Amino acid sequence: MSQVNSAATMTSVWSGGRSPYAVNSKKFGMWLFIISDALTFSALLMAYTYVRLATPNWPTPFHFFPSIIFSTVMTFCLLSSSLTMVMGVHAMNHGNRKAAVRWILATMLGGASFVALHLTEWINLIRNEHVTPFDNPWGVPLFGGTFFALTGLHMTHVIIGLIYLGIIAFAVSRGKFKAEDVEVSGLYWHFVDLVWMFIFPLVYLMSAKI
Amino acid sequence: MSAQAEAIDHNDGATTKTFVTVWFALLFMTGIEVFLTYEQIPTLIFLTALVGLSVIKAALIIAYFMHLKFERLSLFLTLFPMLILCIILMLVMFMPDSNRLMMMRPR
Repeated sequence: MSQVNSAATMTSVWSGGRSPYAVNSKKFGMWLFIISDALTFSALLMAYTYVRLATPNWPTPFHFFPSIIFSTVMTFCLLSSSLTMVMGVHAMNHGNRKAAVRWILATMLGGASFVALHLTEWINLIRNEHVTPFDNPWGVPLFGGTFFALTGLHMTHVIIGLIYLGIIAFAVSRGKFKAEDVEVSGLYWHFVDLVWMFIFPLVYLMSAKI
Repeated sequence: MSAQAEAIDHNDGATTKTFVTVWFALLFMTGIEVFLTYEQIPTLIFLTALVGLSVIKAALIIAYFMHLKFERLSLFLTLFPMLILCIILMLVMFMPDSNRLMMMRPR
């Protein structure tokens, strides 16, 4: 009986010598970062919802054009960039470095379009609607505070992702880095996309001018 | 290549067709969200629909684009129950207070 138990322990993935999750340490590290960052965004979104519920005259400044149209196109850009990223990882897994670089550059194009549209939307809000992080014409300063904090933190993540992907694309084109490095950068990019799936409806659609 | 790296399978687990189908599904759900915004439905139902669709979209992204569907169950069980528990704890702290504030408002 003890021999059977001993044999079972030797073959267990938890007995050491190999990853029990069958992922490399970089990928596992990125997953841990993503979980901690998900909690940061969850706390911010809940704080936003708290303020939104507790404020009866919460403003609804987002007109169909440009705000809702722009934010919908921004969602399209991020979703499409996630598809191109997954295709890049797929190409890299099959050893096709040239195709992987092309797909990563296409991902960066989607991300850059998102940032450009988002900045245009911010400028529209600041110039035309007179919304700043501390003040707005509707007398609910927390609207600007929560809006710029949430979207600003997300846009920072997108910009960091663009720099990260740029480094990965450059290294892959020079024959450096392995498939798992591209996959880890892909995990980060998909997470940025995932967070926007909550910010878009809760911040933009919930405050759309009907 | 280390023994650990050799043990890791590079099988994609899904085909290009699967990824494109998921992408279309995500775009379709985004379209539904925008459509619902301009329908005169009660706020609570609207909010529930938006959060529900967002959770489905997030699950699709995690499962297919982030590849978690094709990873070992132990990875999922290590990461996600803890995340969900923390989110529930935050909800328990935030939501009753926000409802209480609304009830305290002079009518």
